[in-house]
Amino acid sequence: MAGKPKLYYFNGRGRMETIRWLLAAAGVEFEEQFCETREDLLKLQQIGYLLFQQMPMVEIDGMKMVQTRAILNYIASKHNLYGKDLKEKALIDMYVEATMDLNELIMHHPLQPSEAKEKNLASIIEKATTRYFPVYEKALKDHGQDFLVGNRFSRADVQLLETILMAEECKPDILSKFPLLQAFKARISNIPTIKKFLQPGSQRKPPLDEKTLTKAKSVFNIGHE
Amino acid sequence: MTGKPKLYYFDGRGKMESIRWLLAAAGIEFEEEFLETREQYEKLLQDGALLFQQVPMVEINGMKMVQTRAILSYIAAKYNLYGKDLKERALIDMYVEGTTDLMMLIITYPFLSAKDKEKQLSVIIDKATKRYFPVYEKILKDHGQDFLVGNQFSWADVQLLEAILMVEEKKSSVLSQFPQLQAFKARISNIPTIKKFLEPGSQRKPIPDDKYIETVKRVLQMSF
Repeated sequence: MAGKPKLYYFNGRGRMETIRWLLAAAGVEFEEQFCETREDLLKLQQIGYLLFQQMPMVEIDGMKMVQTRAILNYIASKHNLYGKDLKEKALIDMYVEATMDLNELIMHHPLQPSEAKEKNLASIIEKATTRYFPVYEKALKDHGQDFLVGNRFSRADVQLLETILMAEECKPDILSKFPLLQAFKARISNIPTIKKFLQPGSQRKPPLDEKTLTKAKSVFNIGHE
Repeated sequence: MTGKPKLYYFDGRGKMESIRWLLAAAGIEFEEEFLETREQYEKLLQDGALLFQQVPMVEINGMKMVQTRAILSYIAAKYNLYGKDLKERALIDMYVEGTTDLMMLIITYPFLSAKDKEKQLSVIIDKATKRYFPVYEKILKDHGQDFLVGNQFSWADVQLLEAILMVEEKKSSVLSQFPQLQAFKARISNIPTIKKFLEPGSQRKPIPDDKYIETVKRVLQMSF
């Protein structure tokens, strides 16, 4: 019996958030078990739940899957969000790898020492507006379709929307020079499963605050290794 | 007309090396254009050849592919090195992501200060022997098969061999507690395409030297 996927992580975005987005986009209900303390993580390690001692971990279809990309790839394939052939998959992969690079920069920003934060934020905004967003703006402009790849909703659309929203949290008018991305954002946000995920009360996690950051640092032993 | 894949990168390992390994393992001949000057890089940028302004870039089957994992996934799928179904692919993905994490520690190593290098070296050996190698040792022991997944040669085997050899370059005795991995290493190294890639004169790149570091820093103006 399959049951709902179960997500093991701390109660915050981190590397699990993209997985939450993708499951939600696919209309898949899921459960979550949160590690609140370092002991919670140690316990999972001790009982052999975590192949490489790390989270994210997702129990899904009888597997204890680890490694964010492995999990995302599996969900996307299973729920037909990965294109119709190898070439579409290749394009999707290029697009999502780049959104994940940008996500990574945003994710690590709160961990920067305070004196480096301002410069780091400027660098993130620069990369978003000169390296990443122009590519997606052009892709949408060139084919004039609603979705990034193959005229069909895919994980590339989900992950781009997630990244856009995270970038807007860094700078609310970050899309000011990207009219097609603005339209894209509105369009994808209106897809029923996505719309539901964007409503209060969903399993979407809020941006990191001081309290959650401190807890995350202690669970993952950041700054102690 | 498609022709051979063409790799655009520095004349060194970096993030392109796993791609070289996989193409070689699949028996695919490839060409390389080495970035030696800033001007070459800027020309690629101006020509719009680098989707996100970055290398690796591989021209393959009419596409200018970027993003290391996208390229590797494409090659693996195209040349039947990605398992026979979704579940095998899930295992392969988990295993290659693990080896990628380990190899990233080694890829970044040459760019560290001498002091950080010392610290990083012990992290590499520690993680290899406590976090990663025990997992693959157990997998091989549990199923007793020649290959990591599905009793068939796959991308996972290629990357694990690559990772093993890279760690051995840092500590030659690192496999001493891992008899299954020792046998695995010998076995995979003997596969004809792999054996050929391991011979002198192949397109396998040597351990990064100062010239490589200097070239990367100069061409990218240290903006990774």
